[in-house]
Amino acid sequence: MIRIEQLDKHYQVGERAVHALRNINLHIGQGQVFGIIGRSGAGKSTLLRALNLLERPSAGKVVIEGDDITQFNSTQLHALRQRVGMIFQHFNLLNAKTISENIDFPLKLAGTYTRQQRQQRVAELLDLVGLGDQGHKYPSQLSGGQKQRVGIARALANYPHLLLCDEATSALDPETTQAILRLLADINQKLGLTIVLITHEMQVIRSICDRVAVIDAGAIVETGEVADVFLHPQHPVTQSLVAENHALDLSVLDGAGKRANSHLFRLTYVGAATHEPILSRIAAQTRAEIVILQGTIARIKNTPYGQLIVELNGAPDEVQVIVEMLKNMSVRVEMIEGVK
Amino acid sequence: MMDFSNIDWQDIAQATLDTLTMTGFSLFFTILLGLPLGVLLFVTGKKQLLEQRGVYALLSFVVNILRSVPFIILLIVLIPFTLLLVGTSLGVAGTIPPLVIGTTPFFARLVENVLREVDKGIIEACQAMGAKTHQIILHALLPEALPGLLAAGTVTTIALVSYAAMSGVIGGGGLGDLALRFGYQRFQTDVMIVTVAILIVLVQVLQWIGDRLVLRFTRK
Repeated sequence: MIRIEQLDKHYQVGERAVHALRNINLHIGQGQVFGIIGRSGAGKSTLLRALNLLERPSAGKVVIEGDDITQFNSTQLHALRQRVGMIFQHFNLLNAKTISENIDFPLKLAGTYTRQQRQQRVAELLDLVGLGDQGHKYPSQLSGGQKQRVGIARALANYPHLLLCDEATSALDPETTQAILRLLADINQKLGLTIVLITHEMQVIRSICDRVAVIDAGAIVETGEVADVFLHPQHPVTQSLVAENHALDLSVLDGAGKRANSHLFRLTYVGAATHEPILSRIAAQTRAEIVILQGTIARIKNTPYGQLIVELNGAPDEVQVIVEMLKNMSVRVEMIEGVK
Repeated sequence: MMDFSNIDWQDIAQATLDTLTMTGFSLFFTILLGLPLGVLLFVTGKKQLLEQRGVYALLSFVVNILRSVPFIILLIVLIPFTLLLVGTSLGVAGTIPPLVIGTTPFFARLVENVLREVDKGIIEACQAMGAKTHQIILHALLPEALPGLLAAGTVTTIALVSYAAMSGVIGGGGLGDLALRFGYQRFQTDVMIVTVAILIVLVQVLQWIGDRLVLRFTRK
């Protein structure tokens, strides 16, 4: 669907040269929800805008459905943008137009629909985003969540294959954020639409993304399946982003594991294992004492997972047995060092 | 007590009508010229849709020059041009060209400022939808800025009323002419008071209409 090759962007702000994107290479598959996460100023917004050339890269290729869009002339570019939907943090609706007129706007721009087709499409989209009877209102009469629904309807109007989301939930409260994310996931499923989103919140990535890329100082530092990146972050930036969202705060471990014969482990399990009575089986079969210091049971998109930090008290050979047992139950076991 | 019995009310009525005519026609042409000029200033400005530093600098320079010439001087300087254009530099017709040239740069600058206030995100959203520049201007920028444009139009209309009065000095028609000829040159204080009173009422009414229109089209 999308291939980004050796993408570079630099520009001059006064005397200062800014290197916004550094040699970005990414592949985004058809129908995926692909997340790009990074801190503000990391370059994620520039990267997203390279996908419809709102920001023109200095070097490199952006290949969408086989075409390198950086080579497009202005007619081709307008046509491409009409087929790529985009939603924004601050919605960017036309305040002077009603909700229906806002959704109708891209259809009008396309110029290929009859008035009747447009009316029908607008009604369809209003239903899709759950705003069936609000079409006559103006944006100022809607809540933030409703405005973003209008933004989504507008972005989908022209039957796009690709939807770009620029911090689409960052201006919304947590509950509304979840509702909008559910709507996006639903659209992804129903329409088979590819979604590329940028965010600074791991929560968003965890809720709906299939794959994620972590960007820092203009470069991709980590990329992979969300579950892998989330549960086993490699790069320090990823680790700190995960830690903010995650309950696993290592500071509570101060003072733990100081007794003789005690060992700290991080246990991670995904999928069906989440519903297994792992710890009670171990307790039943060994004489080990297990202290749970930290724990999270949650979901990554549709997959449940658990992550525990436990202290095992026992002789080294006993601990070894327990580790083997855990591994047999498909639990990933990592010894936490450097705490003692 | 002031005595208003010597006033020729027919003269006053005619002068009021002349002032309204001058203001109306001048407003029409000011918008006709000033709106595109303001849009051009905006879109060629720094980091805007059609950034063109040279064009912007030139337009901006011309606008500044016209705005820095006191209107009374402009009236005099433009007499040959007015003669060429409408055949007379006197009366209602002779006043309209300098009025238009005096207020167009002023209105254009107001338009530019109003357009700058439009949320950049909205323009970006339109670009992302594949809108061409002229579509963005016509379907997004101007409708979004409508309340601000109406407010700018109100300010300009009131400036026109006062400029039109000033044109009495070089033989323009209307209330200013009346106030100058009778009120000032013939010491008829009563005429002066009546014309000023009419101008005050006129400005109040215009401002009220402008405010109502702004409110009517505000969607924020």
